Amino acid sequence: MSAAEPLVEVRDLHVEYPGRDGPARAVDGVNLAVGEGETLALVGESGCGKTTLARTIMGLQAPTSGEVRFRGEPLVYSRRGMREHRRRAQMIFQDPTGALNARQTLYEAVAEGIRIQGLEGEEERLVADALSRAGLRPPESFFTRYPYEISGGQRQRVIIAGAMVLNPSLLVADEPVSALDASVRGEILALMLSLVREAGVTVLVVTHDLGLAWNVADRVAVMYLGRIVEIGAAEELLTEPRHPYTRALLSVVPETKQMEPQILKGETPDPTRIPSGCRFHPRCPVVESGEAARLGIEESCRGEDPLFLPACHAVRLASSDEHEAYLHER
Amino acid sequence: MSTAAAHSPRRIAWTRRRRAVSGAWREYRHHRPGMIGLGILIAVVAMALAAPLLADPSGLHVVTTTQNAAFASPSDFGGLGTDKFGRPVLTQFIWGARISLLVGLAATILAVLIGSVVGILAGFFGGKPGGALMRVTEWFLVIPFLPLAIALAAILGPSVKNLIVVIGITSWPSTARLIRAQVLTLKERDYVDRSRALGASDWHLMTRHILPNVSPLILANTTLTVPIVILSEATLSFLGLGDPQNASWGKMLDDAFEAGAVTLQAWWWIIPPGLGIMLVVLAFTLCGTALEEILDPRLRDRRRA
Amino acid sequence: MTLLEVNDLHVTYAAGSGAPVPAVRGVDLRLDVGETLGLAGESGCGKSSLAAALLRLLPSGTTVTGDVLLDGEDVLTMKPGRLRAVRWTELAIVFQGALHTLNPVQRVGDQIGEALRLHAKGGGNVTKRVGELLELVGLPARRARAYPHQLSGGQRQRVLIGLAVACEPRLLIADEPTTALDVMVQAQVLRLLEDLQREFGLAIIFITHDLSTLANICSRIAVMYAGRIAEQGPNDKVFADAAHPYTRALAAAFPVIGDPAFRMRPSGLPGDPPDPRDLPSGCPFHPRCSEAIEICPRTPVELWPAGELREAACVHVSGAPVPR
Repeated sequence: MSAAEPLVEVRDLHVEYPGRDGPARAVDGVNLAVGEGETLALVGESGCGKTTLARTIMGLQAPTSGEVRFRGEPLVYSRRGMREHRRRAQMIFQDPTGALNARQTLYEAVAEGIRIQGLEGEEERLVADALSRAGLRPPESFFTRYPYEISGGQRQRVIIAGAMVLNPSLLVADEPVSALDASVRGEILALMLSLVREAGVTVLVVTHDLGLAWNVADRVAVMYLGRIVEIGAAEELLTEPRHPYTRALLSVVPETKQMEPQILKGETPDPTRIPSGCRFHPRCPVVESGEAARLGIEESCRGEDPLFLPACHAVRLASSDEHEAYLHER
Repeated sequence: MSTAAAHSPRRIAWTRRRRAVSGAWREYRHHRPGMIGLGILIAVVAMALAAPLLADPSGLHVVTTTQNAAFASPSDFGGLGTDKFGRPVLTQFIWGARISLLVGLAATILAVLIGSVVGILAGFFGGKPGGALMRVTEWFLVIPFLPLAIALAAILGPSVKNLIVVIGITSWPSTARLIRAQVLTLKERDYVDRSRALGASDWHLMTRHILPNVSPLILANTTLTVPIVILSEATLSFLGLGDPQNASWGKMLDDAFEAGAVTLQAWWWIIPPGLGIMLVVLAFTLCGTALEEILDPRLRDRRRA
Repeated sequence: MTLLEVNDLHVTYAAGSGAPVPAVRGVDLRLDVGETLGLAGESGCGKSSLAAALLRLLPSGTTVTGDVLLDGEDVLTMKPGRLRAVRWTELAIVFQGALHTLNPVQRVGDQIGEALRLHAKGGGNVTKRVGELLELVGLPARRARAYPHQLSGGQRQRVLIGLAVACEPRLLIADEPTTALDVMVQAQVLRLLEDLQREFGLAIIFITHDLSTLANICSRIAVMYAGRIAEQGPNDKVFADAAHPYTRALAAAFPVIGDPAFRMRPSGLPGDPPDPRDLPSGCPFHPRCSEAIEICPRTPVELWPAGELREAACVHVSGAPVPR
């Protein structure tokens, strides 16, 4: 991890949506720092707030409270401030078909960013370069084609080209391959990795796919109901997870070896009804198995919000030998 | 280098437009009712444009036609007979086409323009400004068209220009609602999001993404609004609010009824204008339906895949 | 005992303009009572067409040839009355639980009740039976009063499973039942299917594009590519040591977490799954295959033996009678 100033810093971020039964706290107090050149994976299930967090970092969503800083400077939510930000932070989308205007040619799709931002340089050359770097060669043959004439993987490459043509420092990828065929994913992920290597771009990947995080991420942050519950280097977090939610998630992913599946009961609660204390406690295997009571922390689990990381009272007691043994049993 | 020129941005935009239009035309050709409607329209427009060649305009002025027999039937006078003042009905019919079509198209353009702008703004912005625009739209929708139009026409006076204005400003609400509904779905599309992520301003989003995707609907709606407008014009003219100097088909009907053509059984004065209105309305409706089917974005993608 | 036997099944869609689309080009399958078969493949491989063909749910105008023998009786030539009786009581299907798979304006309990009544399986008390079915799939009985949009994705999927097993079929076809669900909910639904399978001796054909979900639930796996089966064999063998290069590539697309071989090394195939109307010559996989040799574009491939109870449609397989 770089000791230098982080590229993106998120401080005590809260994003709330008004709802019928009260506000939905999509992001409920997140602190995060993303270093320059690193690839961070934001993982979690639907409703955990990862997409909202990513969009807030992009500036597409204004926070309810807290701030996002880019290279130390807080984001300015004015028209000019946002325009500036768009030159440094770009996004690729989950559904490449929907993200391209069916009436625009591929050339126009890539040129759009250039035109909006008023980039210098010959437009045609910039577009050709971007398409080429995204693996679409020869680029000229793609200029007059439409999105429906190319495959899903190629569409995603066009979107990547459209984002990279602006030379951003940060690339936010929202489920970049989940809508693509399995055999095509590797190519797109490899493209992203090569962009990191060549352009030194920092990547924030939002995904529910832990295998993808293993494939491309330096660090992984696990989110549950609007909070980051665990964060760490991919090699460590994905092989020796500490938070009970992370452990459960990894245990049910078919690609993980040697872990007894812990299938949690029920589903993630609604962001309008976040449980008290540790928000995971109603589904937590540690509470359910009685281990929490045995460790004497059950009351904390039910009543005290763990504002540390990993966000688990049991893990905090990890110095206790008893609990160490418990963790290794599973 | 030729490749550079072939791929210049402008060329690409033109290629795109050309392909879209030729694609639509190819499909339109297969639509029989649409082709029939188009045929009728071409015939009527050709007739209207060629009016000076087809009929002597002096036949429209009472002063020059007093020597003709009044209420002469076609068998006696030839063509379509004469009216109360001896003016040849055929001449009036040909020249009347111009007025009917002119008012029809101009008022439609006015109505669709207002309706589209209101619809796009209301749909795109939503919230309070969108809501306010919709309240205005609903107000106009709720007021019965005829009394409002009559009142406005009576105040402004009978002329072609005023007719266009009156019909234009009373016919836009339904277009506005239609456009707004489409814009509401369009603005949630991912490509709008992507454009915003690239730094697009609201203006850019509305003109580059929303407008092109809503314009097929606008076009189809225009073709379907023309018949409504033509009928409105005919109604207003028939009720006596038409321009007496520039008689449309509706005005012809008004004159005919006023002069007692029904009692006198001067069918040659009543039927041609009535038939003319009906045919033009039918033609536009047929074309409009065909266009709607071809340009509906929901049907579009399925056809391509 | 063989429950289902599919012989040389071909499914060809009639296209409005242009050539017909051959979605399934000669598939043989065998399923014993109580057995689970996983069918994996990507978009355009024909797996969903195959599933629909088994229940004769394809649009009119589609050509289907071959036979589908359910307990010796050919589903494809059944009279409509017999087909209706067989559908749902012998052979049921579970689709992806998207909102439009259930009638959005009817309560879920009523939809299950409808199936029961149609096949006269309610016994005396349909409501009670509906309640029992909901509990069977892990939902409280009172949820029968809910409308589909009031349920979460996982809950809707459970309703669909309850609907499918309502008439106690012997064979369940699950077409992408866990796609679009969260990984934890996926695990719950897979566990449910496993439980039902054990409890009722259900035979299941599990169709998915995610090869890894088949790891635990199926005893045998068949991989489809371009309308044909590319490889077929016991679960553990196909996963551990795939015979067909496509299967290897598909398995590698889902990295094993903890395995350093996958770290920073995403693996995928170049190109895209082929368009059924424009298939490559010879082996349809050869343009994307890293092990293609010069005879591949010229050789029509078939399923050749590749070990015990295994077959693969590749010239590299030891049982293939082509010179290498």
